[in-house]
Amino acid sequence: MTADVLVVVALALVAVAGTAVVLTHDPARQAVTLSLSGLALTVLFVVLQAPDVALAQVAVGSAVVPLMVVLAVRTTRTLAARHREQKRT
Amino acid sequence: MSRRSRLAVFLVGAAGVAALYLLAVLHAPAFGTTTHPMRDAAVRAALAHATANVVSTVNYDARALDTLGEETLLLASVVGAAALLRPTARERETRGAHEPVHVLEPVQLAGYLMLPITLLIGADVVLHGQLTPGGGFQGGVVLGTGIHLVYLTGRYRALENVRPLRVFVAGEAVGTAVFAATGLAALAGAGFLANVLPTGTFGTMLSGGTVPLLNAAVGVEVASGVIVLLAGFLDQLHRTEAAA
Repeated sequence: MTADVLVVVALALVAVAGTAVVLTHDPARQAVTLSLSGLALTVLFVVLQAPDVALAQVAVGSAVVPLMVVLAVRTTRTLAARHREQKRT
Repeated sequence: MSRRSRLAVFLVGAAGVAALYLLAVLHAPAFGTTTHPMRDAAVRAALAHATANVVSTVNYDARALDTLGEETLLLASVVGAAALLRPTARERETRGAHEPVHVLEPVQLAGYLMLPITLLIGADVVLHGQLTPGGGFQGGVVLGTGIHLVYLTGRYRALENVRPLRVFVAGEAVGTAVFAATGLAALAGAGFLANVLPTGTFGTMLSGGTVPLLNAAVGVEVASGVIVLLAGFLDQLHRTEAAA
């Protein structure tokens, strides 16, 4: 019974976090919501007794992927700012 | 491709996926019951080869071939990303000075404190793959990501010093090669990637036969892959900022 409650809560958390990722429009902020959604999925996997998958999820979904997004966003923004400056001068 | 033909291709694919998914769900054992045919088969296989972590038995013993496929896939994607992120001729001329950036002291402290702990956890997860949850992939990602905590201290040079890229480019290849070589060596015995080593005592460090060996190979490959991948992104960012 308690296990079922935990599964339902974890599933709800995943749904809320996933919706938050979709509704975040700025890619830089999206990296943060994506990271949180990865954590929600990790909780779900732990509750469903899949610690191996949970470990992979927390490392890849909450750390590596958001980090790559942040780095890529920053690079493109720096490039865009430079192009704007070049046009002005 | 026009919008309409793209939609048609999507609908054909989606119909196929929907049909297969429905078939799979309809024939799957009910959720939350005590009948688990796959679990029973996996536990039997795990006990036969003295591997306490049943998931590792599936990943590195019974279905080691699938894992080799995944490792090759990771290798291919890292090579692809590195090729896309390589500096252009013009970018190579503008080598940035990499000035240390101002970082809040608590953040720096967190970076220094967490670095050894994270690397230790990563190594622990790789080395105990045959015993406890985790293994080469999970531990490798922790190791490859953890080393970037040095970056939190604001010194890009320090990060470059702790991760000589050439070593990890080689590590990526060596890890995959060791995995494939272990599989080929088993050909002399029972077949490709068969678990031919002595399986040892259940629950001890040296148990599971080839499982710990393959775990270590995957750990080296994944950690190196993550480092090479993130280095590509970081270098591109620093080149861009240095040129701006």
